[in-house]
Amino acid sequence: MVLAIIVVSVIGVIAALMLAVASIVMAVPVDEKAEKIREELPGANCGACGFSGCDGYAAALSKGETTCTTLCSPGGSEVSKKIAAIAGLEAGEIAPQAAVVLCQGNSHNAGTKLVYSGVKSCKMATQLFGGPKDCIYGCIGFGDCIEACPYDAIHICDGVARINPLACRACKACIKTCPKGLIELMPLHQAKATVLCVNHDKGALTRKECKAGCIGCMKCVKACEYGAVKVENFCAKVDYDKCIGCGKCHEACPVKAIDVIELGKLALKSINRI
Amino acid sequence: MTMTKELLAILMTAILTENFLLSKFLGICPFLGVSKKLNTASGMSMAVIFVMLLATAVTYPINNFILVPNGLAYLQTIVFILVIAALVQLVEITLKKYIPSLYSALGIYLPLITTNCAVLGVVILNVDNGYNFAYSMVNTLGAGLGFLVAMVMFAGVRERLESCDVPKFMQGLPITLVAASLTSISFLGFAGIVDGIFG
Repeated sequence: MVLAIIVVSVIGVIAALMLAVASIVMAVPVDEKAEKIREELPGANCGACGFSGCDGYAAALSKGETTCTTLCSPGGSEVSKKIAAIAGLEAGEIAPQAAVVLCQGNSHNAGTKLVYSGVKSCKMATQLFGGPKDCIYGCIGFGDCIEACPYDAIHICDGVARINPLACRACKACIKTCPKGLIELMPLHQAKATVLCVNHDKGALTRKECKAGCIGCMKCVKACEYGAVKVENFCAKVDYDKCIGCGKCHEACPVKAIDVIELGKLALKSINRI
Repeated sequence: MTMTKELLAILMTAILTENFLLSKFLGICPFLGVSKKLNTASGMSMAVIFVMLLATAVTYPINNFILVPNGLAYLQTIVFILVIAALVQLVEITLKKYIPSLYSALGIYLPLITTNCAVLGVVILNVDNGYNFAYSMVNTLGAGLGFLVAMVMFAGVRERLESCDVPKFMQGLPITLVAASLTSISFLGFAGIVDGIFG
């Protein structure tokens, strides 16, 4: 009995002493600056900054590997100010942005060319004749982006992915995931025209594929007084820096593929529409 | 020659017929917890092999030179837990200081397996089977490799499950447990194989 107590306590004390000595001898200095910066960052580890999560960005800032404090788009200007103060760097403005899916190919607009019964993944479905829809450029709607979104901002509405701009933190995770490259960042609080289509087929072909596809007719280019719209490869593209959101292109568009939206003001209901 | 043969038999038995996860059902927590992805599963298994070998190497002398001579063999469980926990902590501190890359690879898993029943199980089974040091180490290595095999296999199964259309009532843990039981049954196929080869 006494021996048992002695043996266990001696082993315990030896182990404790070993650990105590080891923790002093082999202490690794903790980077306090990085810890503080880490506390200010949102902590979603979404990778919008391009580093390996919030810890990676905090470490890079504190070690001086980067001096850019505006990389955290989820945190916005506020976080930029705070981390700039800690790191002794200059703060910058981050214009709030949100992601948009540039496709209107829902079941009403776009037809399907095959019945797909394989793995429910956009990446897989793309490899089979470019997806089940007639249009090989459009959203497949199996929701690879939903899986990628760390903020739960995306859902599928009638076969097309839709992003809730108020939940979106512009981390670009969906942009990297979408096999069709359909997702793009847009200013959150400014009304801008945007072309909700990336179809590069010629007009006649596009018309057969989707009722809302851009046919490259150049009417928007002529209607725009600011030179903000350009047509390349039979598909229009808006320069958000030049666009003032007047809506003349929308009036001119025969298929209504171009629309003026202010993401921040969209009611949740109408997000499902665009 | 017979010794090599016996060692090989012990190794193969520990990997296949007496697999820790699939026949002995030890260490089910990491089996279900970190088997979602192949790389976490193999990382965890590597950490388990490492800790198991270390634990056996340290507990064998403690058992044979301190506990047994003093008639304290009944203290095995508590002493082994104490020693293994302290040891893993020590290893963690050392790795953090000297091999940061290995620390960041194993780091998350090391504390997880401090008192994992698979680790404690293997050292106690070594004692119960009356193995000497070499046999103990080989048995431990086999147990660890068996853990790795089962984890990697099951991670593959689960990665395939991810893309399956599972009925709603079976989604998540239920289908995982069904898959685990099927994987376990598949290992029954190895019964007798070791006796057949080395017997």
